[in-house]
Order: sequence, then C-alpha cells, then structure tokens
Amino acid sequence: MATEPMGGKRTQLIPENFIDNEHDYESVTDIIARVVLNPRPPLVWFIVTAIGFVGLNVMLMAITWLILRGTGIWGNNQPTGWAWDIINFVWWIGIGHAGTLISAILLLMRQSWRNSINRFAEAMTIFAVMCAGLFPLLHTGRPWCDYWLFPYPNILGMWPQTRSPLEWDVFAVSTYFTISVLFWFLGLVPDIATLRDRSQSLWAKVLYGVASLGWRGSAKHWFRYEQATNILAGISAPLVLSVHTIVSYDFAVSIVPGWHTTIFPPYFVAGAVFAGFAMVLTFGLPLRALYGLKDFITEKHLDWMAKITLATGLIVFYGYVLEIFYGWYSGNVYELALVNHRFAGPYASFYWALIFCNGVWPQALWSHKLRKNVPFLFVTSLVIGVGMWLERFVIIPMSLTRDFMTSSWGYYSPTIWDWLLFLGTMGFFTFLLFMFIKVLPFINIVEMRDLLHKNQHTFGHDASDEHTHDVEEVH
Amino acid sequence: MAGHGHGPVENPIYGMVAEFDSADELLAATKQATAAGYSKTDAYSPFPIHGLAESLPNGTDDRVPWFAFFGGITGCLLGFGLQYYIAVIDYPLNVGGKPLNTWPQFLPVTFECTVLCTGLTTFISQWALNGLPRLHHPIFNAPNFDRASQDRFFLCIETKDPKYEPNETAAFLNGLGALNVAEVAR
Repeated sequence: MATEPMGGKRTQLIPENFIDNEHDYESVTDIIARVVLNPRPPLVWFIVTAIGFVGLNVMLMAITWLILRGTGIWGNNQPTGWAWDIINFVWWIGIGHAGTLISAILLLMRQSWRNSINRFAEAMTIFAVMCAGLFPLLHTGRPWCDYWLFPYPNILGMWPQTRSPLEWDVFAVSTYFTISVLFWFLGLVPDIATLRDRSQSLWAKVLYGVASLGWRGSAKHWFRYEQATNILAGISAPLVLSVHTIVSYDFAVSIVPGWHTTIFPPYFVAGAVFAGFAMVLTFGLPLRALYGLKDFITEKHLDWMAKITLATGLIVFYGYVLEIFYGWYSGNVYELALVNHRFAGPYASFYWALIFCNGVWPQALWSHKLRKNVPFLFVTSLVIGVGMWLERFVIIPMSLTRDFMTSSWGYYSPTIWDWLLFLGTMGFFTFLLFMFIKVLPFINIVEMRDLLHKNQHTFGHDASDEHTHDVEEVH
Repeated sequence: MAGHGHGPVENPIYGMVAEFDSADELLAATKQATAAGYSKTDAYSPFPIHGLAESLPNGTDDRVPWFAFFGGITGCLLGFGLQYYIAVIDYPLNVGGKPLNTWPQFLPVTFECTVLCTGLTTFISQWALNGLPRLHHPIFNAPNFDRASQDRFFLCIETKDPKYEPNETAAFLNGLGALNVAEVAR
C-alpha cells in the first residue's frame, strides 16, 4: 500500500513501456502459452531440433570414443596439457553468466525490461553449464572416477586439495548449477500452473499438474515466493561474480606468462557477460521472429541488450590493452616476449582476429540505427561468440606453448575429436533449448502480467483505481 | 483450530468465493473484508500483488528469510570446518613450514558453501511453509478457478471464520463488486 505509489513515481522518472501494442492478461498468457500448448510447432522448430539432435549424437560418439581411447585422441600435448577442454569450459560457462545477470542482478536493480528475456536466458545458463561441466569432467581422463573431486571420507585416506583454484571450481560450478536450477524452477512453477489450467489433453493436464506442485496463487504463498525469489537473486548476484572470478583464478594464480595478472577476474566476468548477451541475442532474435513476440521482446529490449554488449565489450577490450601494458610495465622479459608472440608469433592471426571480433566490430553498436537492425545484431552476436572463443584460445595455448625455457616450447593444433566434441556440445545445447521451448513457457508469463499491471498504473490504460486519484490529489 | 474439535464431520462447504476482474478490485475487496472483521480469508491472483498479503489477517510471514539466514550460517561453518578438518586435523601437510590453517585460501569454498546452503534452505522452506506440493485443495472447486492462474482474481472467506454466515457473507462479497460469488464445496 505504501510502496505502490512510490514504485509508481519511480517508474514515472523513466516512463518506458516494455510491452508494445495493446495487451491484457489474457492476450499475454495466450501468446506465450500457445508456443507450448499448440500441438504442432512450426517447421523451423523441427529443423533446428533435428540439427541439434544430430549434434547431440555427434557429442555422444565423441565422448564414447574418448572414453574408449583416452584423452590422447585430443590434440593436447606437452607443453599444452589443457587446450580445447578448458577453452570450451570457460567459453560455455561464460555464456551461462548472462542468464544469471539478467535474472538476478537486473531483478535486484528493478529493471522490468528483463521480464520478457529472463526465462530463456536462465534456461541457457543451465544448459551452458551442463556443456561446460562436460569438458573438465572428461579431461580427467577417467570420468568414472570424477566423484573423487568431491571431499568424502574414503579408504585411501585422501582429500581433494581445497587450496587449489581447480578444486574451488568444483565447488563454484556445482553450486552455480544447483542454485540456477532452483531459481529457474521456482520461477517456472506458477507458469506451469497456468499451463495446467489451459491445457486440453489429459496427459498435459496430469504432467503440468504434478510439476506445478499444486500451486494455487494464494496471496500468502506469493508473499513467501517473492521473499524466496529475492533471496535467491541476492545470493545469485555475488555467486555469478564468484564463479567466473574463480575460473579466472585457474590461470591467474599460476605464474605462466600472460596469466599472472590481477586484471583477470574483472576482465573474465565482463567477458562472460559480453559472450552471454551475445548468445541471448543469437537465440533470442530468431525465436522472437519465429513465434511473433515482437510486442514483448521489443526494439527497446534489443537496443538495451546491444548497449550492455557494447559496454561489457569495452571492458574486455580494456583488458586486452592492459595485457599489452602489463607486458611492458612488468619489466619481465617473459611477459614482454609473450606480447610479441601474440602480435607476431605463429598464432598471430588468431590474436588479430580476436581484436577484430571483440574490439573493432562491436564498436558499430554505438550507432543507434544498427542497434535496432535485427540482421546486423544477429551477425554481431555470432562475431562476438567467435571472438570470445578466440580470447580463450589466445590465453591458453599461446601462453602454454611459450613459457620460460625454449626447450619446453611447442605447438598446439586440435584434432577432429576436439572439433566433434565442441560442435557436439553446440548441438546438445540447441537440442535442450528447443526441447525446453516446446514443453515450458520461455517467457515468464507471471512477470509479464505483473509488468502489464504496473504499466496500467504508470500509463493509466483503463486504470480506474485509487492511485490515479492519488496522482490527481498531488496536482 | 477449536472448530476441528467438535466432531469427525467437517463442514462440507469450504468457503465463499468471490471473483474479481482486476488486481486493484481484489486488493480493495481484501482490505474491506479485513476491516469488516473476517479473519479466515485468502486471496488468489495470477501474479504477486504488492500489499495484498499485508492486507490479509496473518497474511505475512518472515520465516523464510530467517531460515535462509541460518542456512547460510550453517553452510559457512560447514564449508570452513570441512577445509580446516582436511588441512589441519586429518591430513596436515607441512609445505616449507607454511601455516596449516591457510584461511584466505579457504574463503572461496566457504563462500560457495554459504551460498549453496542459503539457496537450498530458501527453496525448501518456501515450499514447506506454503504447504506445497499438495495434490488437491478445496479452492480448486471454485467456479472459474482455472482463471486464477490466468486473468482473474479471487477472494475466499472460509467457513472456519467465526463471522461466516452464508447469506450475510454472500451479500457482503456481492457488495464489493464481485463478478460472481459462490459457495465452494470441500
């Protein structure tokens, strides 16, 4: 009662409407629920899901062969002890971070434009973390012993080394995955209740009925639900920062040239958000067109996502500049040699491609017109995805193949199995995401209704209620 | 609670339900019902409405944050304790005379354990205190209640309410501008 007029005034400072055209609760619910409840998905859905399914099977074959033959089938060698397995791990987990940023940090900042993009960004987080987790788990070489990563009393009398960033990763990634799933499911339950009440077929009614846990929308339940949502958002925000900080410690805590810098944690986190927003655009733009959701994911959303991409891209680019500076300022011959190696070594083309993808190309987003140009945004999101992958390539094999002694220099190149596993995880990710879109609402219906309700208060479409009178009294 | 003591037979009627068209109407109706002295009421809406729980008698509950807080403390202690036990008690390893209790290096895992336990207790206590999952609830017998998860807003006055009297309560709810008022079987 006391908070609502306050909220109304605060939103009046920026009177932005994040839902285009006239909508009511029924039309919002119908448009989003139809994607799931429509018995026949569009042809494009079948095509993309089929491609994803092929990719999933490629991944399973790559894993099977890996388990049969061992990690020797990869291009890893001495001195490149970890290569695509860690590159892809960092790349995928970074992609996941945008989901948490959108669902948690933007929620805490009361950014209501997140309401239409948070659900599928959260789903992307979960699927990306699943893809990410595969790589280190397989890289252990004996995946059936991976439970050794967790501290448990055992007959060997051994414990994992909890002073090591690699062990911190185990805790960080498993916590991140667990909390992301809980947060996602909590948000889904009221929407599943909507599907339960709208579905026609008996099977759908039973399955959604069970999954909705008997949600009935009681005000007392909503009260605790919102408390829980806020707490989960509050802990997810530092959690997401900690995860990529710890990932960057995998490198920064070592003394390898090019890794041993304090810029790594913030630069990794910014890179993660950069890559993640790019991935949200990569999948969000086609879905928006495919399911006719331009009223909910408006041009304003695209514009603002592009702005966040630009801002985080600048932080990342600042990181690249600082790496060069550190090479010189450290006064360390190995650090400086590494900078030269990046500029002109055998992998120089990768470095310059990185600068082009992450440093030069995203500058186009300064243009107001281009930020609203859907095909351009889509291409940009792909360029950034490639760029962020190159960044990890530049960090990892480039440093490992040129460390302190010439005798331990080397060269790295991937094998077909590196490629198949990586492309396979992309298929796995696509397959999961499209299956998700078919069975669960990929826009948060409850939050869209809430946004609609607040819009009515802010803009006064058919809002004949006490708050309108409050405003009149003020005048 | 005293009502249950009378005998084995429960009232076959769960309560009187009024359906409203908008969130603001529901909020206003709930406030009036509380002001009229009804104490066993609940409101149902397709999205959280700010101030609605506060306007119900005993509508708010601050136990979830407390559970979360103590869950977090427990996780923090467990996380640090685990590492202390490993590094100092069970498997002390002398590395160049460095201290065994290297607490700064224990902080990341301690932090992650804190977050994990906070999240789990929040999630579990939210469902437990809400009494969910639950297979059925009498309110689902209300006419049109499938729209409570879509675009309609409901206020229920339960028969347990000492002020409940079928005709008076129905007249009261009708007077609040309800679209539809009905008795709901248990």
